[in-house]
Amino acid sequence: MADAPPLLRLRGITKAYPAVLANDAVDLDVGTGEIHAVLGENGAGKSTLMKIIYGSVRPDAGTVEWNGSQVDIQSPAMARELGIGMVFQHFSLFETLTAAENISLAVSGTIPELSRRIREASARFGLDVEPDARVQSMTVGERQRIEILRCILQEPRLIIMDEPTSVLPPQGIAKLFETLRKLASEGIGIIFISHKLEEIRALCDTATIMRGGRVVGVCDPREEDARSLTRLMIGREIARPRHGAERGDGHPVLEVTGLNHTPENPFATPLRDVHLTLRSGEILGIAGVSGNGQDSLTQALAGEIETPDDRGSTVMLEGKAIGALGPYARRKLGLHFIPEERLGRGAVPIHTLSENSGLTTYHRGMVNWGFLNLGRRRKLAAETIERMDVRCGGTESTAQSLSGGNLQKFIVGRELALAPRVLIVSQPTWGVDVGAAAAIRQQLIDLRDSGAALLVVSEELEELLEICDRIQVMFRGRLSGSVPVRDTDMDHLGLAMAGDFDALNSSQTMKEPALG
Amino acid sequence: MDVLIFIVGGTLAAATALIFAAMGELVAEKSGVLNLGIEGMMATGAAMAFVVLSLSGSYTLGFVAGAALGMVLSLVHAALTIIFRANQVASGLAVGILGLGLSSAIGKRYEGRTVAGLPENGIPFLSDIPVIGPMFFQQDIMVYLSILLIPATWYVLNRTKLGLTIRAIGESPEAAHALGLKVRLIRTGCVAFGGAMAGIGGAYMSTAYTPLWAEGMIAGRGWIVVALTVFGTWMVGRVAFGAYLFGSISLLELSIQAFGLNIPSQLMSALPYLVTIVMLAIISRNPTFIKLNSPASLGATLKLS
Repeated sequence: MADAPPLLRLRGITKAYPAVLANDAVDLDVGTGEIHAVLGENGAGKSTLMKIIYGSVRPDAGTVEWNGSQVDIQSPAMARELGIGMVFQHFSLFETLTAAENISLAVSGTIPELSRRIREASARFGLDVEPDARVQSMTVGERQRIEILRCILQEPRLIIMDEPTSVLPPQGIAKLFETLRKLASEGIGIIFISHKLEEIRALCDTATIMRGGRVVGVCDPREEDARSLTRLMIGREIARPRHGAERGDGHPVLEVTGLNHTPENPFATPLRDVHLTLRSGEILGIAGVSGNGQDSLTQALAGEIETPDDRGSTVMLEGKAIGALGPYARRKLGLHFIPEERLGRGAVPIHTLSENSGLTTYHRGMVNWGFLNLGRRRKLAAETIERMDVRCGGTESTAQSLSGGNLQKFIVGRELALAPRVLIVSQPTWGVDVGAAAAIRQQLIDLRDSGAALLVVSEELEELLEICDRIQVMFRGRLSGSVPVRDTDMDHLGLAMAGDFDALNSSQTMKEPALG
Repeated sequence: MDVLIFIVGGTLAAATALIFAAMGELVAEKSGVLNLGIEGMMATGAAMAFVVLSLSGSYTLGFVAGAALGMVLSLVHAALTIIFRANQVASGLAVGILGLGLSSAIGKRYEGRTVAGLPENGIPFLSDIPVIGPMFFQQDIMVYLSILLIPATWYVLNRTKLGLTIRAIGESPEAAHALGLKVRLIRTGCVAFGGAMAGIGGAYMSTAYTPLWAEGMIAGRGWIVVALTVFGTWMVGRVAFGAYLFGSISLLELSIQAFGLNIPSQLMSALPYLVTIVMLAIISRNPTFIKLNSPASLGATLKLS
């Protein structure tokens, strides 16, 4: 490969946005048949770089060479003509269309013709896709397979994959890697964006590490270990979370029995006979591929969905039935909820941090005779910013101006300030960079050690295994029995996430019968 | 039998203007652009067609002029919302008001005048069939065209690549753009089509249904079109059903007056609007259908990073 020009060569790519230098003289070489990792935290400039390669952002300076000749990629259409395909992190599929229709928007051919080609390619690369099924009824794994198929059917020479594993269960990841290796063996170059170090070490030939818009290192990831990669990526080491010795007394705080709920949204998963017990001083993890009913569960616990006890289900908080109470009433009883969507649900995007901190705290002395106590609210916001080390322009900056990680730190801090007895958290570190994620996890552990009961819904098994005491798995609206973290591992959780609840406990001695 | 012939024939005629405008609005909304200016576009089309017809004596020229002016107005809306990213609700209302004003300016000197209505065109052989013939095949040409427009709209939206592209853009303009689809161009085309159809609908009102020009003669039909599209859950068949329902109830209003029943006329005039919306709201309760058929990005401008 030393003589032949690489498939793609970037030199000195620079892109400045008003507030930030997103890419600063970035170089990148990707060869044919190479799986090249681009590693970095959120905001390191990976996405901007990929958008430049894919033609949706134009660089301010620098050159792009494709097969040895300089090109100016002006649009995604032009990138595709050159043979550059992209699989997006947030899927760019159309929900109301079928798989084949989705693909037909990007690949020429009639639907029957495409359906045949889809079946062929599915078989060849091990990507199960049913061409006539509508996207909205599909799991995230299936959606991703469609994206990849759509990309492959355009016969690209380079595929960019933006955090493809963030949505997959462990088995799905293994399968995806097989597919990618097969593609690479056919001479297709692959750019693999991720912040998961183990995956990169398992899959990639080369890694380019970015920090703050610059390339800080190029290495063979198989020769590095996770610690050295982390140090390159964030510039320092990350402490493992500390578990304190103090605990709550272990009495059941929140008890849910026989919870059923059919959501109004016909594409959401109904809850079926869900049982769980949340104890003081523990973190219960809910594992599962997203879309298996986690949304309904957290909503039912938080009170966004009210479940009066008339249908045999009960939700009890400290022995008091709360199924018929709304979120506000439950908050007043000390049950707090941090939703997955930060902008729009956890915080009002266009409101200031000060205003946002008043949203969940106004019943705690923020209101006098109907008038908001603005000074107190601002002080609370300032304290939260201080304690959680939120990087922002102060209490009067809007929520939407913060990065995902910083806003999440703020929201977590806002709820922690109220000393909740029960905290429901959905995807606490989704899209949050490694440093902020570690800080958030530590805060959750500290809250548990102070005696609160926490329920954490997450798709990241590493996270659950790191912070939880017990784990239950959700699949198609059912919840498995619980297993202590020490009695399970990634493989067994993975099997349970695919519906085999009996496989949950690695020691094979179930302490509680599996439900469902 | 004569009553039945009167009812069916009358319904078809009463619904024709709505069918044109509603199919146009449906296509525009499917591409994700809400056009609240339909009322004004219909009014402008009506005034323009009436004036051109009066001056030239040509129905073809009248309809072409009505469609053209409707399209020009809708292109103002398209330019504001698609190029300058103005809020679609505000822009639609503004352009609609502009259209109403324009219609009164155009029709000023023709206020209250009449023309000969668009002649009926019996279809040979078919119109000779007893009962069915006079019901369906003894109409003017625009009625036939409006009936053909319904399956044509359905076919294009659901069975062609263009329709697939329109629906995709209406669901997620960002994703469509990332695939290299020409989002702005197609949306502009859809809005222009909607404007032209509204213009034709208006033209039909002033040159065929009630062949006269009076300011305000569209009388809320443009709003009914917007409501039909939404309550018909963006499905061609349901929207058309709503239009015919509206047509038949407005006919009922005339019949009841003819029978001399003593019901306040204001109530009678309101009836078609009420019944249509209530009926469509009832048949459109199914959330699955709404989710499947509603353009998810209706009202949203294409955001590019």
